[in-house]
Amino acid sequence: MKEEFNIISNLIEENTRVLDVGCGNGDLMKFLQENKTKDIRGLEISKEKVQNCLSKGLTVIEGNAESDLKQFPKSSFDYVILSQTLQAFLNPELVINELLKVGKKVIVTIPNFGYWRVRLQLLFKGTMPVTENLPHEWYNTPNLHMCTIKDFYNFCSSKNIKIFKSIALKKSRISEINKSNLNYKNLDSHLGIFLIES
Amino acid sequence: MNKNIDTKKIIISNPLKLDCGKEINNFPIAYETYGELNSEKNNAILVFHALTGDQYVSGKNPITNKDGWWSYVVGENKPIDTNKFFVICANVIGGCMGSYGPSTINESTGKQIGTDFPIITINDMVNAQYELIKYLEIEKLFAVVGGSMGGMQVLQFVANFPDKAKLAIPIACTSSHSAQNIAFNELGRQAIMADSKWENGFYSNYKLNPDKGLAVARMAAHITYLSEKGLQEKFGRKLQDRDSLRYGFEADFQIESYLRYQGSVFVDRFDANSYLYITRAMDYFDLSKQYKGNLSDAFKETKTKFFVISFTSDWLYPTSENREIVIALNSIGADVGFVEIESDKGHDSFLLDVPSFLKTLGDYINSTYKVINERRI
Repeated sequence: MKEEFNIISNLIEENTRVLDVGCGNGDLMKFLQENKTKDIRGLEISKEKVQNCLSKGLTVIEGNAESDLKQFPKSSFDYVILSQTLQAFLNPELVINELLKVGKKVIVTIPNFGYWRVRLQLLFKGTMPVTENLPHEWYNTPNLHMCTIKDFYNFCSSKNIKIFKSIALKKSRISEINKSNLNYKNLDSHLGIFLIES
Repeated sequence: MNKNIDTKKIIISNPLKLDCGKEINNFPIAYETYGELNSEKNNAILVFHALTGDQYVSGKNPITNKDGWWSYVVGENKPIDTNKFFVICANVIGGCMGSYGPSTINESTGKQIGTDFPIITINDMVNAQYELIKYLEIEKLFAVVGGSMGGMQVLQFVANFPDKAKLAIPIACTSSHSAQNIAFNELGRQAIMADSKWENGFYSNYKLNPDKGLAVARMAAHITYLSEKGLQEKFGRKLQDRDSLRYGFEADFQIESYLRYQGSVFVDRFDANSYLYITRAMDYFDLSKQYKGNLSDAFKETKTKFFVISFTSDWLYPTSENREIVIALNSIGADVGFVEIESDKGHDSFLLDVPSFLKTLGDYINSTYKVINERRI
């Protein structure tokens, strides 16, 4: 978690306007507030988590990214962050489009379904993968649309979404993803972090 | 009802131009304060009361001898902690607890003003209360807070005085009164005016009081403050002090007895004409209309931080109407937080012991106070 926060924080310029979509209990918001910018908002679907955030004095709105991002004006945030949430939406493509409208830049992090540990479980055990990063069983997972680093990379190129920076994370090891090492990073990383722009 | 109330009061000498076109001056505003204003004068919170509220937010209400109407929220060690904050609440104009209203005695006639009192609006109420803030020499409030009609005043206050509050918390309210809201208010007014003792509003001249009509108005309104589930769980079809139906029109059911009781205690503390005037002010409230149909424009001058709260079972000021306020604020990039609190206590939730509401509100106010003071905005 800490590594992901650090990487996200390093992608953000100081004193900019940030929206954290699916902000959970506000841990990333707090981290960025202490390290980068005071001007940060959150959007979260769970009442309980929204209340936790508000209790900490964080500016959070209860709402659903699929229907409530519309209310923000175009380019009203310098950065919009979607941390490990994309796979849980009914329509991830729609959400990405909304994010790209609301934010000048968008940071998306995805738990990589292409990670070799994940692949091995399906290949050898023949069961849906359950890992530290993807702890749910197939019947109770909130993750409707799992994807791999390569899937997201290809998705961006096919939709003409500019990738400014793509970073792979394995445990605490950080590396850059590029076209030539894509297959390897897709196999050897548990998390992908993308800085994109429409 | 203005009967020898020993309340803090100031006389506003500045003329106040009302929305109806009339002008008032030298009129009283009754208020109460709790806690102490600190030396930096940055801990003042102005609380706005709802339709039948008054200035007695906390502690004992000297008129009713009951707890203040927001005792769950305001007081020592409460979510709005009076050990820390200086809390101000004024009786709205049009009210009957010492502020200028239809039961105020006209000095030239020695009689109550009655329905010669001008029609007032939420805007007028807020402008009058701003005079009190000036009198108390508070340059900038830390927060303006209120539920229901109090929330409408919060919205109007920030629109009118964009740099006078750092934080605004409108709770269970709306930016414009809906047809349903107006319908229920009209029902209440008709009940009062249909009472033969109303005498076109001059009942006090005849030593009368339209208490039957006012009680019916209160009973009808009270139903709208609860939820169907809450009513069913609390009362169901339970009978009142009897084992079987009496085959008559007495209060067989507990819910009937409860409503009759609510009506009867209300008439002892509230003036029928005030009920007419204040419900009218609520019906006239349409903040977006004041800004040519664009609610966002009401807030575009302000840097005030907003926190909007609604309740799941509130069907009088439902979440959708509270969300419209949030949407309007978001569309201009204002600093706004929002949560819908789970509660089956209906619109009244904001007045009652709803722990997740009280905790979220208290924590938010306290952490925001800390952040804002550290940043020295």
